[in-house]
Amino acid sequence: MALVLNEDQQLLKDSAKSFCQQNAPVSMLRKLRDSKDSDGFDRQLWQQMIDLGWAGMAIPEAYGGFDFGYGGLGVVLEETGRTLVSSPLISTVLLAATAINELGSEQQKQELLTKIVIGELLVALALDERTSHAPSHISTTAKQSGDGFILNGSKTFVLDGHVAQKLIVVARTSGTIDSEQGISLFIVDSNVEGVNCQRSWMVDNRNSANIQFTDVKVGADALLGELDKGFSGLDKTLDVARIGIAAEMLGSMQAVFDSILEYLKQREQFGVLIGSFQGLQHRAAEMYSEIELCKSTVRAALAALDDADKSQEEIASLASVAKAKLCDVMMLVSNEGIQMHGGMGMTDEFDVGFFIKRARVAQQFLGDATFHRDRYATLNKF
Amino acid sequence: MQALSEFQESTRAWLEQNCPESMRTPMVQEEIVWGGRNASFANPDSELWLQRMADKGWTCPGWPAEFGGGGLDKEQAIILSEELARINARPALTSFGISMLGPVLLEYASHQQKMEFIPKIVCGEIRWCQGYSEPGAGSDLASLGTKAELQGDYYLINGSKVWTSYADQADWIFCLVRTDSEVPKHSGISFILFDMDSEGVSTKPIQLISGSSPFCETFFDDVKVPAGNLVGRLNEGWTIAKRLLQHERTMISSFGLSASGQSDRGGTTSSVASLEGAAMHYRGDTEKLSDPVLRDQIAQFKIDSEAFAFTSQRSVEESKKGQGPNATSSMLKNYGCELNKRRYELLLRAIGSQGLGWEGEGFSDEELQLTREWLRSKANSIEGGTSEIQLNVIAKRVLGLPDMLSMSKK
Repeated sequence: MALVLNEDQQLLKDSAKSFCQQNAPVSMLRKLRDSKDSDGFDRQLWQQMIDLGWAGMAIPEAYGGFDFGYGGLGVVLEETGRTLVSSPLISTVLLAATAINELGSEQQKQELLTKIVIGELLVALALDERTSHAPSHISTTAKQSGDGFILNGSKTFVLDGHVAQKLIVVARTSGTIDSEQGISLFIVDSNVEGVNCQRSWMVDNRNSANIQFTDVKVGADALLGELDKGFSGLDKTLDVARIGIAAEMLGSMQAVFDSILEYLKQREQFGVLIGSFQGLQHRAAEMYSEIELCKSTVRAALAALDDADKSQEEIASLASVAKAKLCDVMMLVSNEGIQMHGGMGMTDEFDVGFFIKRARVAQQFLGDATFHRDRYATLNKF
Repeated sequence: MQALSEFQESTRAWLEQNCPESMRTPMVQEEIVWGGRNASFANPDSELWLQRMADKGWTCPGWPAEFGGGGLDKEQAIILSEELARINARPALTSFGISMLGPVLLEYASHQQKMEFIPKIVCGEIRWCQGYSEPGAGSDLASLGTKAELQGDYYLINGSKVWTSYADQADWIFCLVRTDSEVPKHSGISFILFDMDSEGVSTKPIQLISGSSPFCETFFDDVKVPAGNLVGRLNEGWTIAKRLLQHERTMISSFGLSASGQSDRGGTTSSVASLEGAAMHYRGDTEKLSDPVLRDQIAQFKIDSEAFAFTSQRSVEESKKGQGPNATSSMLKNYGCELNKRRYELLLRAIGSQGLGWEGEGFSDEELQLTREWLRSKANSIEGGTSEIQLNVIAKRVLGLPDMLSMSKK
């Protein structure tokens, strides 16, 4: 398994890095927040990202994508994490496109993936129902009715739910409330009758929504994947996204750490640079070590996604390793980001606050560290 | 590629023929082969295995064939280690000559010195010990005071060393000595090799909290050492000393690596083969570990171990082009040691009171050994430079933070 980037990936990473720094610095997120932007992301920037091919990175060529693998999408996500780019990359590409690619019929893939790649379609995954991640805990129902289904229930923490044209709704078609069996996925237009979407303003300034489904009628062709057997493909999708979010967090933590190092080398107190204090040096050295471990873990997990020999169980275990590890270190680095900058770190004017806000949302999203340690233990049979 | 797959095939075939069956079983403490003039082989297969591997130079696969090494390039060496791992082959030879001294001799020694010392490391003829720490020079290693004075064609050595691993069983010592006391401390140190049988050398084992005595005090009283045994330039030994420490740290960091495998205590069997296995076994759990807090902590430990193993692997891949270990060896050393200590603390909790026996009938040999290994592990973050020293090195060499000592002198 290659844990260092190949030449193509390195080139992509370098160009993504300079793109984000020039076109989407943290100040852009600040502007979206201050203007209470109704979309919550910049459409022009999204179009530029589309033009760079980022939406089709991991999508097969047959559906208009570039087959560059998750290793490619991963380095892009890492760089977007570095400047906290707010875009539909996570909702539409990482989650929805993966779900369609994993579960969809040939026709669904042709119709939907090709549109995602060229930026014509935004899709959100409506999964969570409780305030903490529990992907098999599904009480939203889809009852067969005639040729189609009728959906009822409510979803929360739906990333980009208010801007998506289509929603992938995880619903129960049979089984008890916590059972993996009996879960099915449906593609629902967000503007049909009975879908009531309420945007929620989250601390990280990205968009999330609470969505209520009341007697929403869909046709038989809305079903994504097999009836009652959607969980396995959903779980694989979530693992891809967990690894992708880990890559994004890797970029964010490096940005915070770079800022810490810079400050330690320039701030003077007691007549010396504060970076000469051993108390701070050791904390910086420990953070450095943890971030190095994060880098290797994210690379290993991304490489596994592109490795056809890896089983879904191996990928699941690695996804939980990556998400748990990155959450722990993100917690550490974002907290130290404030503390080591002193009073400056507490000001809104300084960027580090944006990172701790995004950090907590990213940590919670698709399972926090404890969720993934529990999952890892279960997967490894203890 | 063609050549590599041929190499793999021939290596696999050779190992199949030449690695004795008993050498494909987990290593046990008493059968580790250290070599040396007084080498003992608890298992006769060990001797055979050593001889066969040494003949091919495969105890030191990457060292030049000219000096008895295997002469393999990086790709071949990786294949050899994969093939060895595939059949669970035991290391044919374990020695500080291989892990610490040899690499710096190859880098700094004269051709004549290489010819003299390296082949004997490869075949395990000479067992080496490390003369670094002194009673007054621990973390501040460069303040060492063991003196070497040039008297015609030999150096006269006086002083003492401490924490000399296996000094009482070693044949030769690689030793840091002060050859100039008038200059700043780092600039008056030299690196010298001598026979532990020389007149004036004596050793005294130190009993540790674990009950064993792997370390010694070592005394030098007017020891005469030929001037030609000095390695590198006079008074420039600190450079060699630091380089050797990087190799030592890489070696010690591998203690953390063994934590990442499924068998947390490779070499032992049965109920304590893995942390979670031990925890479940001693609680009588079958499906799920019943202590939720311990379960979470074991999961966290194993996740950190996996992340650490990936990092070690990445560092190998990155050094393919580079020059071997660098300052990141401090990071790996520090993290690996802390992981190993965590592993033993968790093992104790997993096993409960049966993991705290000292002697007698109520405990299995394995349980008694665990108690001692747990205590021994506490030295991991002290030997080869304390964890605090490693963090200093990272701060200074990797992160480029200002040196607190030079700042405070201003």
